[in-house]
Formats: sequence, structure tokens, C-alpha cells
Amino acid sequence: MTTRTTQEKAAPPDLTGRSGGVRTERLFSGWTLATGFLVLAILALILVTTTRQAWPAFQDMGLGFITSSTWDPNPASGNPVFGALAFIYGTAVSSLIALLIGVPISIGIALFLTELAPRRLRGLAIMVVDMLAAIPSVVFGLWGVLVLAPLLVHVYRWVHDVAAPIPGLNSIFGEPVGTGRSFMTAGIILAIMIVPIVTSISREVLSTVPQANKDAAFALGATQWEMITGAVFPHSFGGLVGAVMLGLGRAMGETIAVSLVIGGATNITPNVFAGGNSMAAVIVQQFGESSGTFTAALIGLGVVLFALTVVVNLAARLVVRRAEVQLRGAAT
Amino acid sequence: MTTTVPPAERADVGPPSLRRAALAPRRRITNRVAMVAITLALVVAVVPLAWVTVSVLARGFELLSWQFLTEDIPNSYRRHGPGMAPAIVGTFLITGMAALMAIPLGVFGAIYLNEYGKQKPLAQVIRTMADVMTGVPSIVMGLFIYTVVVVATGEQTGFAGSLALACLMLPIVIRSSEEILRLVPDDLRQASLALGARKWRTILTVVLPAAVSGIASGALLAVARAAGETAPLVATIGIAFTVNPNLFSGQNTALPAQIFRNASQPFEGAQERAWGAAVTLVVIVFVFTVLARVVVSRFAIKER
Repeated sequence: MTTRTTQEKAAPPDLTGRSGGVRTERLFSGWTLATGFLVLAILALILVTTTRQAWPAFQDMGLGFITSSTWDPNPASGNPVFGALAFIYGTAVSSLIALLIGVPISIGIALFLTELAPRRLRGLAIMVVDMLAAIPSVVFGLWGVLVLAPLLVHVYRWVHDVAAPIPGLNSIFGEPVGTGRSFMTAGIILAIMIVPIVTSISREVLSTVPQANKDAAFALGATQWEMITGAVFPHSFGGLVGAVMLGLGRAMGETIAVSLVIGGATNITPNVFAGGNSMAAVIVQQFGESSGTFTAALIGLGVVLFALTVVVNLAARLVVRRAEVQLRGAAT
Repeated sequence: MTTTVPPAERADVGPPSLRRAALAPRRRITNRVAMVAITLALVVAVVPLAWVTVSVLARGFELLSWQFLTEDIPNSYRRHGPGMAPAIVGTFLITGMAALMAIPLGVFGAIYLNEYGKQKPLAQVIRTMADVMTGVPSIVMGLFIYTVVVVATGEQTGFAGSLALACLMLPIVIRSSEEILRLVPDDLRQASLALGARKWRTILTVVLPAAVSGIASGALLAVARAAGETAPLVATIGIAFTVNPNLFSGQNTALPAQIFRNASQPFEGAQERAWGAAVTLVVIVFVFTVLARVVVSRFAIKER
């Protein structure tokens, strides 16, 4: 028998949490929290500093800043007038066109990816969408103004001629502007640019539809399309609305491409083939040559734009999140 | 007595045909049309992508030359000929500085969200607001930095542009890093904690190394996106025609800003330079995007 030499009992390790490193831990977690707070701080700072900088313009114009359609920074006589209504209108029209064109395409691609695509094509399709997202907006603008717009003029002429005898339509598809730089061109470029985000969010939403629901639809004899309208859409409607709103936020804030192709006119007209301007585009076009109240007014446009996009994005995220939580819950 | 009808009397028709041809024509055609439309959507998305790529390559590459990459920008829009070096240098310096600021901060933010905040209300708020921040128009970021930095210092500098780009990158880095951190298996954390390591040590020596490739990939994508941003630079960096290596003094320029300026000119010389700058920018963005892919596939962490 071997006698084990009883070891000198060492003190048990200190597990109470008072040993070294507590301070480091505090510092570390505090630091990460601070960086997290940075997001909130920046958003708050944006609102505060830009509003303060824009205050002279807001004070001058009052509510007229968003209800007046006269934008005259350098009048021959009298005070400059800054009414942004024409630009708010331009942002709304170009974004609306972008949604009308871009959303069906995006949801189509998302459906293709989730319901139709064979495995090999799926990778390719995802790559196409990713590449679209990777192309800088200024390159779309360059292409839009130098390649697309001159070609689209011919299409616009043709549409204008066809629509001329139809009341209502003939005011929407009015006389096209010669350069092709118009609300419509801006809308088309924007449509291309919102496809990636709307597609990727729609895809996420569509992929939450439980397979059991789809199978059930098929078992009842539905065709593929009836399965999509009967099982997929009702289930994912809320999330798709969120995806569309995110696309809207993108379209409203897009600056450079729009400013190159929208024409740069202060114009409120139902004619989508006419030149106009959007809030973001005006800022970037006129910022360089502005001073004093003019600069303040441009920054004021930025404040309005910021408020609008934050509201739209926040609402969209909440809608998407709620929809996803509900769907996931139903799926399990 | 109940009489049951013998089956033979019930029906002469067989079981319903389940073949596709038996569908009512309306249903069959609707389905066909819808499927074709869905497939067409993808084709419609490919067209602009291919068209933009081809135009940029066709018009840009003929201008691309050693002189184009190394010479100063002509100070007249009318002049033909090369010169984009100041913009290339500016793009790399401004975007690089932005990355230096945004990536570390973003990663720490993600660590807070995934390791400390988790589902706490504050973390939820930060998460949502980071998402919202990715949707803030880039021009607004430019105006923000203009009011905070340019107005205060009285000078447009490359660094102001870097700050604006960093603000754009920050939420993207936070959200993409958080997604990756979430993929790190909890076993790793528990093993490290069980060995007595403190949380900060666990995060720095176990969690981050496991996630580093994914984080790097997300960061590269954020850099690629920032390199192509124009609007925030227009308000913050001014304009330069010669190389300005100093981010902290003097105006600067960058490729997107040059494309924007030159594209809005009616002169052919300027438009040529815009295409040349566009092809350079697209190549740079493309390299970063591919790099991100390679990093992810080479060092992918094993998902559970």
C-alpha cells in the first residue's frame, strides 16, 4: 500500500470576484457602452446642430419654409425667399415613381430566390443584387445623365404622343424636356438603386413563411402562383410593407444620382417628363455657392429631410421587426 | 333498415385528374404568366447592372493610363487629357482615416450590443437607432459635419470628410459585427469563463479572434460603400487640383466628388475625366468587395 503524502492544503482560489481585473472589467464594459451610446449621441447631435444652424432660415420663413413654392435665393430686389414646397414635391414624385417601378421588381426577385430558383441560379441572382448595391450612386448618376437620359427622351416623346388624346394621362405624360433630365429619369435611376435593399429585406421576410403553409396550399390543389398569393403574401404582408418603406427612405435621401438626372428646375407640375428638383439634390447643387441665410435654408432642407427619413426608417424597422417576431413565433 | 348505395352506382367518373393539363385554362395561364413575370424581374435587374458596367468600362478604360493615375487635375473643365491623382490619393486618405475611426468604435459598439446589452431595453434602442442611422441620407451627414467641424474651424479639410464618412460607416460596422458576434458559439465563452478568465479577457482573447474574419469582411464592405459616397464630401472637403497629402489643413478632393463635378459639366474633356474617375472608383470598390468575400470564405467561422 502506498501512502499518499498529504499535500499542504493550498488556499482555495479566490472566486469571489474581488481579485485583480475588476477595474479593467468596469473600464472595458463602460467603454463599450460609451461606443454604443455614440450612435444615439450622433443622431441627437445631428438634429440639434443642424436645426440651430438652419434657424435663421426657419425664423425668416416660418411655416412658409415648407408651404411656399417660391425659392429665390438671389432676387434682383427685396429679401430672398426660401419656400421648399417644390423640392418636397420633387422628392415625393421621384420616390413614388421609384417605388412603383422598383418594388414589383424587388419582390419578384425575392420570390424568385425563395420559391423558384434552382440552387445554382440562386447564387448568381444574389450576386447580381449585391453588385447593384456595390455600385456607387455617383456612377449611376454619371451613367444616367450621359447615357440613359438622352436615350429616354425618345421613349418619353413616344409615350407623350400615345397619351396625348387621353385626358388625365396627357397631363401626367406631358411634353418631355429636351435633355431627358426629369422626374421620370430620376425615378428610374432611384428604382435601380432601391432594388438591393428592398430585395434583401423582402427575402428575409419571405423566408419566414413556414413550409407547412406552402405545402398545405399545394395539397389543396393550388398552383404555384395561387400558393404565393394564398399562403406567402398574407403571411408576410407586414414585413413586405416594412421593406417598401425602407426603400422609400433610401429613395428620399438619395442625393447625387438624383441631382444629376432630375433637371434642376424649381417646378411643381403633374408632368413626370418635366425637369424638377428634390430636397437632397438642391442641397448638393447649391451648397457651394451659398452663404448666410441661403446656407441656413439649405441646411434647413437637410433638417426636414433628416426628420422625414428618420420617421420613415424607424417606422419601417419597427414594422419589419414586429412582423418577423410574429412570423417566427408562428413558424415554431 | 338502412340501405347503403353500392359504390358502383355512385359514380362512373374516376378520381380527379391531378395533371397540370387538367387545370382550368384561366388558372393555368395566370400561373404561367406570374412565373414568367417573377423570372423576368431578375432579368430586369441584370440589364442596368450590365449596362452601367459596360458603359463605365468602355468609356473609362480608354482614358485610363499611367498619366491619368499620376498627374494633377487640369484646372479647366474644357481641357482634354489626363490627371486624377489628387482625387485617388484623396479617396484613399479620406476613406482610410474614416475606417480608422469607425471600425474600432463600431466593433466596440457591437461588443456592447451582443455581450453586455443583449436584450436590455437600452441595447434594443441602440440597435434600432443604428438601423435608423444607416438610413440617414448621406448628404445630411455632410451637413452635420459641416455645421460641427467646418463652421467651427472655418476650413474645409479632408479630415472633415473623413468624419462624415465615419458617421456613415459606424452603424454599418456595428450591425454587421453584431451579426457575426452572435454566431460565435456560447461554448467558447463558457469555456473561457470557466477557466477563470474575466469577461473582458474572454471577449478580447476568445470571442473576437473567433469572429475576426467576419468582422473584417463587414468592415471592408463598409469601406467600399464609404469610398463611393459623394454627397457628404461635397459639403466638407472643398476642391483641390493638386495632391494634398495633409488631411488636417487645406481643401482636398476625392474620386466621387470629381465624378460629380465633371459629370455636370457640358464640356467633353470634363466628361471624359468623369468616366475615367468612375472606372477607377468602380475598380477600387470592386476590389474591396471581392476582398471582403475572400476574407469570409477563407477564414469563415464554423456556424453552429
